[in-house]
Amino acid sequence: MAGLIHPLWLRITHWLNALAVVVMIASGWQIYNASPLFGEVRFPEQVTLGGWLAGALLWHFAAMWLLATTLLLYVVLGLASGRLRSKLWPLSLRGAARDLRAALRGELDHSDLGRYNMVQRVCYAAVVVDLVLLLLSGLVLWKSVQFPLLRDLMGGYDSARVVHFFAMLFLVGFIAIHVFMSLLVPRALLSMIRGA
Amino acid sequence: MPLDKLDTQLILKDAKRELAQPQRRLFAKQLLTLGGLSLLTGCTLTDQASVNAMLRRISRFNDRVQSWLFDPAQLAPTYPESMITRPFPFNAYYDIDQVPDVDAASYTLHLSGLVKGQRAWRLDELRALPQTSQVTRLICVEGWSAIGKWGGVTFADFLRRADADTTARYVSFRCADDYSTSIDMPTALHPQTLLTLTYDGQVLPPKYGFPMKLRMPTKLGFKNPKHIVAIDVTNTFPGGYWEDQGYNWFAGS
Repeated sequence: MAGLIHPLWLRITHWLNALAVVVMIASGWQIYNASPLFGEVRFPEQVTLGGWLAGALLWHFAAMWLLATTLLLYVVLGLASGRLRSKLWPLSLRGAARDLRAALRGELDHSDLGRYNMVQRVCYAAVVVDLVLLLLSGLVLWKSVQFPLLRDLMGGYDSARVVHFFAMLFLVGFIAIHVFMSLLVPRALLSMIRGA
Repeated sequence: MPLDKLDTQLILKDAKRELAQPQRRLFAKQLLTLGGLSLLTGCTLTDQASVNAMLRRISRFNDRVQSWLFDPAQLAPTYPESMITRPFPFNAYYDIDQVPDVDAASYTLHLSGLVKGQRAWRLDELRALPQTSQVTRLICVEGWSAIGKWGGVTFADFLRRADADTTARYVSFRCADDYSTSIDMPTALHPQTLLTLTYDGQVLPPKYGFPMKLRMPTKLGFKNPKHIVAIDVTNTFPGGYWEDQGYNWFAGS
């Protein structure tokens, strides 16, 4: 359909992925609280999901399927349709710094929502990589004996926990900025719902 | 064009279009509400029982995925003794002062179910079997892990000596501390699954499961029962203390 900023497959994978990510983070915080990696760092019960460790694990290991499926579909369809390349490529950190300065001065152009500025490109590419990292480190935590190569890549079971934690923090940071920006430019949010 | 001015115009343009399409506006509004998300927490708005039932079904599905992923020949990493966690943490569903006191002299391990051979084993008979030891990482369902050294009888070896039906689906355990758990037969036959009688070269102390603990580096800690008094070989799904409360049954690593 002409004039469509976001095709239907993208909107569906985006929102299902968002749902999966929210469930994964909220239940993950509950799981984290059962044995905090960093002594004093705990997540308030009100923002966790599952009620107790077993409940949180049930949510976490259910939502992981939704997360993996939507991420896989997003990447496969994004590559097959050429969208990932046309929207996110080329990447330039220098361009991102330039666009970031422009954004902070309020001079960044948002008139064409179909074209991502360099900050967006870098962030969107990074968050996909981050989600893959979360899945892989999570796989090591879940099945560390069955995936020896992956376990060694993560530096062993215990460091896979650290990787998983910081990849989560990055994701939370991304979501905070992403949601804030979409509220600042409401048309972007609407276009992710209705496509145009 | 300055950001605020640009967006004001665009928002107004959007708003006008939205006003012309009330049903779309309503749809968008509903999508945007957090109500949609809070429905999924299962806390207040949905039928808690049906949400739990769905989660339990997915957990059983995850059991099947894990049993499919489980490679009987894949060994858990072993470590040098210098890496043993000291002191090794005590962990149970009760405090350390409630650890059961099992009498070695009167202790008998009872086997039941699909077992044709010897069904009652005294401690000295178990100690007379060929022994082995290994230094492996115990991973707790809570996330922490610790390295320890356990010694005892290879469980596959023990099951064969007792002439157990190793084509059965499950092996379940009852313990002196009223704990219970159960495992799949492929894990029971895994070469690193040990019926342990020692910890770090000493007779297994009460806090680590005297007189006997089943140690599986391919399972999470809570699947490793201590103070075992009865073993049942069965094709009927046995469940377990934590599993019945919602923890994943397979719980393999």
